[in-house]
Amino acid sequence: MVIICIIFIKGIANLNLEFILAFPQDMGRHGGIFPSIVGTFCLVLLSLLFAAPLGLGTAIYLTEYTRESRLTTLIRFGVESLAGVPSIIYGLFGFIFFVIKLKMGWSLLAGSLTMAIMILPTIIRTSEEAIKSVPVNLRRVSYSLGGTRWETTTRVVLPCAAPGILTGIMLSIGRTISETAAVIFTMGSSLRLPTTLMDSGRSLAVHFYILAREGISLEKAYATALVLVLIILAINAVAYYFMHRITSKYS
Amino acid sequence: MTAPMDCKINFEQVSVTFGSAAVLRDINLQVCRNSVTGFMGPSGSGKSTLISLVNRMIDFENGVTIEGSVTIDGSNVLAPRTDVISLRKRVGTVFAVPLPLPRSIFENVAYGLRLQGITRRPLLDEMVAESLSKAFLFEEVRDRLDTSALKLSGGQQQRLCLARTLALKPEIILLDEPCSGLDPISTAKIEEALSELKQEYTIVLVSNNTKQIARATDYAAFFYMSALVEYGETFSLFTNPAMQQTEDYIQGKFG
Repeated sequence: MVIICIIFIKGIANLNLEFILAFPQDMGRHGGIFPSIVGTFCLVLLSLLFAAPLGLGTAIYLTEYTRESRLTTLIRFGVESLAGVPSIIYGLFGFIFFVIKLKMGWSLLAGSLTMAIMILPTIIRTSEEAIKSVPVNLRRVSYSLGGTRWETTTRVVLPCAAPGILTGIMLSIGRTISETAAVIFTMGSSLRLPTTLMDSGRSLAVHFYILAREGISLEKAYATALVLVLIILAINAVAYYFMHRITSKYS
Repeated sequence: MTAPMDCKINFEQVSVTFGSAAVLRDINLQVCRNSVTGFMGPSGSGKSTLISLVNRMIDFENGVTIEGSVTIDGSNVLAPRTDVISLRKRVGTVFAVPLPLPRSIFENVAYGLRLQGITRRPLLDEMVAESLSKAFLFEEVRDRLDTSALKLSGGQQQRLCLARTLALKPEIILLDEPCSGLDPISTAKIEEALSELKQEYTIVLVSNNTKQIARATDYAAFFYMSALVEYGETFSLFTNPAMQQTEDYIQGKFG
């Protein structure tokens, strides 16, 4: 709370519409952060696009489609190991594998693939817990009414588990937005506006890091931080709203 | 043991073991079409397991061995090639506790219909209303079909579950202690519904309430310690039981 207040007080002076919509000049010393905002949103959306279906699919497979076996233990072990890896290691892996080996270069694609791997454990674990917490009896009702496994999963289990799944996705979005190390290594830090998947870009967190670290402009750094915090708050508010709508529809 | 005529479900030499524990031993029993057949006995006597064979809900248990055959109109439902999904549309189930899905009253009844691909709203409206009427619930909820099913009372929820099952127009309805958590008035409403419904359906009612079995069924079977002790017309079984155990149970000496 104190941190947010300090960021707010120091950042509000430099925050205006022009700062948000203008391109940066002179390494970010002047101008705005528009390309970074776009880059951040693209990074978040693309990582979710890769990680959410895969993560949710894995969670559904682990909970609804298999019994506990050596394979599920192995998958869970893998997921837990991934969760404990520091982000810089993901960065190095992404740099070596996506950027160099697969010749993607520093690009949105390489960055979002790396981030997707990084947030996958969170999505799998939270979705799995959410799905497990749906009462077994509700599944039985669906089966007893002639529902197949897939129909039961999509029509009964997932709607009930939606709030929990959404929480995992929110955590993942937060992590992607605030990640620096892994992003610098894989998406680069170009200040241009990324227009294709293969373009390099600079996310807000990276921009903030560079502004502060290189001593370019502390005022702009605080303003960037404020934008970052506001975006996270806004996303949470929107998610909370939708979560509320889903739960009130199904209960 | 008298075998009723016009057999709908035929249990032949059915034995079920969970791991090493025998849950049912050599059950032979025929359930009569268009009647209410009651299964009674103390808990753990295997009566619920027996009906879970008919709708194959037993598939969800681990480590079960099943012997013998259960036939509906002559075809064995235990055969590996049985289409379980369509079987469960023919055999409806009402569970011991009311289990409405966390949706509106309307959507609860429409759930099974939607699974069958019925999505036309006028048709759904009609079928939902019809099912709710058959379960003696329509008058109470007609103005609030769009409110959550979880807001209904326990008795209403259980009738909703019955309506949900009826919507699929099954041939057989299995009720697994449907009134165990209900008050006498709600119970009476369910029993009233059952006596109407047996014109069209074959009903199996599992209960450990002997009075309910006496009131609501045409045939009754008494299970004890994994075995079928006695089976016959409800009236003669209650007035003139052949076995001492049955008499003791009916009179409330144990169980």
